[in-house]
Amino acid sequence: MTLLAPTGSGHPPPAPPAARSGRRRLLPYLLLLPGAAWLLVFFGVPLVQLAAASLYDPSGSLSTGYAMTWAVGNYPDVVQAYWPQFLRSFGYAGLALVLALLLGYPLAYAIAQKAGRWKNLLLVCVVAPMFTSFLVRTLAWKTILSDNGALVGLLRDVHLLAPDGRLLATPFAVVLGLTYNFLPFLVLPLYASLERLDPRLLEAATDLYASPVQAFRRVTLPLSMPGLVAGTLLFFIPASGDYINAELLGTPNEYMIGNVIDSAFLVRLDYPQGAALSFLLMAAILAVVFGYLRRAGTEEVL
Amino acid sequence: MRLSRWLADRWVMIVALLVLGYLALPILVVAGLSFNRPSSRLSYDFNEFTLDNWRQPCATSDMCDAVVRSVQIGFIATVVATLLGTLMAFALVRHRFRGRSGINVLIFLPMATPELVMGTSLLALFVSAGVPQGFWTIVIAHVMFCVSFVVVTVKARLAGMDRRMEEAAMDLYANEWQTFRRITLPLVLPGIVAAALLAFSLSFDDFIITNFNAGTTVTFPMYVWGAAQRGIPSQVNVIGTAMFAVALLLVGLSSLRGRRARRANLLAGPSGHPRRSS
Repeated sequence: MTLLAPTGSGHPPPAPPAARSGRRRLLPYLLLLPGAAWLLVFFGVPLVQLAAASLYDPSGSLSTGYAMTWAVGNYPDVVQAYWPQFLRSFGYAGLALVLALLLGYPLAYAIAQKAGRWKNLLLVCVVAPMFTSFLVRTLAWKTILSDNGALVGLLRDVHLLAPDGRLLATPFAVVLGLTYNFLPFLVLPLYASLERLDPRLLEAATDLYASPVQAFRRVTLPLSMPGLVAGTLLFFIPASGDYINAELLGTPNEYMIGNVIDSAFLVRLDYPQGAALSFLLMAAILAVVFGYLRRAGTEEVL
Repeated sequence: MRLSRWLADRWVMIVALLVLGYLALPILVVAGLSFNRPSSRLSYDFNEFTLDNWRQPCATSDMCDAVVRSVQIGFIATVVATLLGTLMAFALVRHRFRGRSGINVLIFLPMATPELVMGTSLLALFVSAGVPQGFWTIVIAHVMFCVSFVVVTVKARLAGMDRRMEEAAMDLYANEWQTFRRITLPLVLPGIVAAALLAFSLSFDDFIITNFNAGTTVTFPMYVWGAAQRGIPSQVNVIGTAMFAVALLLVGLSSLRGRRARRANLLAGPSGHPRRSS
């Protein structure tokens, strides 16, 4: 274990001298304690509290206090009241995901395989939107999609849009906003996977008479699977829980489940209902994620 | 014919550049709007060129108060989260201990949980514990969601580090503390700085979790959210553009430093420091 040893950079750590082993054994726990305690108290415990709040008696209120009555009925109640917003959340996030894959895959591939010395510059361009405020750049879409804007004018002129047709305040605007806001989360892991792809494998496939489409389907796509799975999840989880795009670019007709939860907690002050919706959202996302992971057959997300 | 061959070779790059344009468009619009005098408070359209917004960025003083508050919160949350996360990263990379997988799950979960769920659950906790919401509850929330990202970032740097440097120091009779101060810390520092920058930008830009735990305290994103209903002052775009410029400057500086370090390594050659650049 000296400089002369040609073995790779060091694992496993050398066995500690016996005299110090007592302190050594305690050290990792001391290092972990503050951070783990913070996460337990402010991430773990609140989830339990949220679960409890979702079972409070719905007839209580913030001022009179809530009674814990194990009101399981809160769950069917909120599903009945808000299933359209639930469906819409996953529908919009799913549509945005498809769009993002169509846009993001070529982008990640081009940066990883075709960019040469421009690679780092292009990567900076991918994350550049995150340099400015999420809300401010979402509001910029209000200007781009505005009824008086150039884009709407052009689409009306070529009759892709009716003379009184709009882009803003439509489902299209919300999906476009979601796609835009979370695209970098999809592109970066995908890029990381594609960067490791050896171009000689594609040459080999072509030499063996694979068409470009076949080479993509049988070589590129399978090898990019880990990045594709990670990127899809990093896109889908925040997109389905987002309500900023629906609020700023849509109307109440485009409201997603996040808008309902926001108003349950902050406007209507109906905590049991808000908590039940929140918990359902998490359960639904987990179900989608695990179902997807099983189908994709990749365990290594991280 | 030649055109179609050219297209076939380059269509991926062309699509990529178009997508980058889609990503860049809102930034250009924000920069443009920062020079705009809107026709009315609720209008988002370009109207007239003006330098007033840049000359008087604090014309609406609430907004600048909110920016200052966001910077304060971001700073405190970054310091705490970076400290906690770095300690955890050291424990995870440098030590074997029981319960490692449990800790890994605890670190991974906040990154996989929707912000909405984290925000509402923390609200439920604060309300049931009777904690008044405000500046410090925002800080607590921000530290919570930043820690995991710090751990992941510092861990990556630590794991890629050459252990033999430290072993060499120990062989040369440095004690543990000296080794840590003179060898380990300088080598990990870029990872810690990157983690801190990430934490600050996450904190500064967070809306959803903050919104549930702010009480009446207003951060910059919350100001924008509120103003979106009442009419946005153009100065919001000044702040947005300035943020972008600062971040771009930081990235530019760090890439310049990286390039210089690499060149220095090259000049030092094999007889110089055998520094491994990552």
